[in-house]
Amino acid sequence: MSLETRPSTASAPAPAPDAPPSGPRPGMGRILLAGIAPLALVGLMTWWFLAAGISWLRLGQPPIEKLAIERVVFRPQEIVVRVRNEGPGTLSVGQVLVNDAIWDFSITPRREIERLRGATISIPYDWLEGEPYVVTVISGTGVRHTKEIELATETPRPSGRSLLVFGLLGAFVGVIPVFLGLLWLPFLRAMPARWMDFWISLTLGLLVFLGIDTLQESFEILDRVPAFANGLMLVALGAIGAFLALTSVGRVFSGMGLAMLIAIGIGLHNLGEGLAIGAAYTLGEVALGSFLIVGFTLHNTTEGLAILSPLVESRARLSDLLLLGMIGGGPTIAGTWIGAFTYSDPLSLLFLGIGAGAIFQVVRVLARGRAARGEPVLEALARPQNVAGLLIGFLLMYATSLLVAG
Amino acid sequence: VTPRARAGLALLVFAAAVAAAALILPARLRAQRPAPDPPSYEAGPLARAARDHAIRALTEFDTGKVTRLPDGTNLREYEVEARHAEIEVAPGVRFPAWTYNGAVPGPSIRCTEGDSIRITFVNKGTMPHSMHFHGIHVSNMDGVFEQVVPGGTFLYEFRAEPFGLHLYHCHTMPVKMHLARGLYGVFLIDPKTPRPPAHEMVMVMNGFDTDLNGEDNEFYTVNGYANVFFRDYPIPVKAGELQRIYLVNMTELDLVNSMHTHATFFHVYPTGTSLTPSVYTDVITMGQAERAILEFTYPYPGRYLFHAHQNEFAELGWLGQFDVRADEPRNAGR
Repeated sequence: MSLETRPSTASAPAPAPDAPPSGPRPGMGRILLAGIAPLALVGLMTWWFLAAGISWLRLGQPPIEKLAIERVVFRPQEIVVRVRNEGPGTLSVGQVLVNDAIWDFSITPRREIERLRGATISIPYDWLEGEPYVVTVISGTGVRHTKEIELATETPRPSGRSLLVFGLLGAFVGVIPVFLGLLWLPFLRAMPARWMDFWISLTLGLLVFLGIDTLQESFEILDRVPAFANGLMLVALGAIGAFLALTSVGRVFSGMGLAMLIAIGIGLHNLGEGLAIGAAYTLGEVALGSFLIVGFTLHNTTEGLAILSPLVESRARLSDLLLLGMIGGGPTIAGTWIGAFTYSDPLSLLFLGIGAGAIFQVVRVLARGRAARGEPVLEALARPQNVAGLLIGFLLMYATSLLVAG
Repeated sequence: VTPRARAGLALLVFAAAVAAAALILPARLRAQRPAPDPPSYEAGPLARAARDHAIRALTEFDTGKVTRLPDGTNLREYEVEARHAEIEVAPGVRFPAWTYNGAVPGPSIRCTEGDSIRITFVNKGTMPHSMHFHGIHVSNMDGVFEQVVPGGTFLYEFRAEPFGLHLYHCHTMPVKMHLARGLYGVFLIDPKTPRPPAHEMVMVMNGFDTDLNGEDNEFYTVNGYANVFFRDYPIPVKAGELQRIYLVNMTELDLVNSMHTHATFFHVYPTGTSLTPSVYTDVITMGQAERAILEFTYPYPGRYLFHAHQNEFAELGWLGQFDVRADEPRNAGR
């Protein structure tokens, strides 16, 4: 009904939308009061509820305990367990069992852990490299909190040597493959120009795979992130934030700018990948076999290819390629360092979200860039050579991903 | 903005991220390193109560209020209360127990064969409970069909027979739950001719399912407190003196329990119903509610372990030691 009345009012002279509201402007004090009053009322209500309301309403605090065993670190003759109280009230650590046997332990700062606070438990233990262990923390009320470690391995401490080893690991799985992929540039340039659509859609296929892959990695971490950290929202924050931020940087990209955008997206993805590799090694969940490293190398070579396509039709110097390679692959090294020495699941989720958002923004830019003026993007993508490129790109990623499965 | 400038910006951001990681890293690692001194466990009132109860239960018997009846037999009168109480079962770990007289195990009721027994049972819990005695008595004194409601009272009356090491426990359904929560105790009937003098100890083997999942026990103890005779009170005994353990298995959920004495062998009197030992061994394994009297001596002074020979139980709290002291000169030189 309102739709019908609208045309008739459209002809009447309406006040300009930007015109200031008529009447005297309210004073600063009143504005502040209007802003603060709701907050003050919320504060007052919260205070009353905590002070008197809970008992008045007869709502006892639910006695549900939640203790997250965030990290188990193996040092020589010592197991260090990082725990966090995720429950609604203060929790106390009663006894600690290793492989279902009571064991001596010390705890800092105290046995009593307040809500959302953490504590570090140190257990003197002659553990053996490569063997599984079960650590159980029994709280003061007798509730068991258990963490299984599939494979004990000494947690690396940051030293010159371990930094070098993990740096090299990052270089092998991230930096070198991306550079190798970039070496295809002369080949791409030598191909006929009408193949350009194919290369771009191939890149699209690669990127769509990487975007979904990044999200999937974040979902795997979600399972072990404390509930209070609200992990899914961290991923969403990163993804939406990165997507919008990159969109606002500039709408039209081509050549080097577009390649840079792709490199940033892939770089963020690789940061997440590096985090996962470093953390997996530290958490003792997988031993990084040489086969896995070779798999990552092959898999990530396709990332270099993805960065290239915008450069086929434009000039690019060697220094540009070096820069692109560092931005695309370099974060893997940073990721393995952070993952190996100071891992934080919530932070990883944020990074992975940012990576996914950046990649999908690049996908959007690339897809729109190839569409003719006024042509819907989907129709442009549906051209045979584009469909073929997209699928081949996706399958290429899928096939090489099988090398790192497991 | 030129592409070149954008590239520079990206590089800058990346460098900043690496720098931030390098800065955050050492601080986080420092935070993970625990302080060198283990903070000592502040034993609260619950801990002291549990420890004291376990030690007292070793040697303390309730022999009742004794009056001689006209026919010459002894009348023994006892009072037992069912109470729900929070107890500590291992340092720092509490358990919502259902108890006889406020602790687990309940009082060790002792009498002599043929005595007239009167036990006034008061249920101060929040659900029906009862006392079911292992012994010989009439149907309505069996503590099964006569459930005692909260606030209710029941008088158990029977003659003490047969002599031996027995027990009592709650027989309210679900019995598994009532036993797992701690409603049990020792019922000892001495033979009319007393056993030879000895240093006597009561050991009730039990388990505590502290997370109440009904599947397994988190802790195994003797007399209700994990490792109490290992950590807090190694049991002092004299070398050469006859030791007598009244050993009762009241373990619920994982029903079989055992005891092994180091460096000595013991004579076993199963259920204590015979004065002739059946076996001479150093390990005894029993199902739930099985019990035996063990007699032995330690010839040599020193510290000797005793524990369940299911090592899982031993490492979850069923571990103790005897502190054998050479008080007798004739053993000193050995």
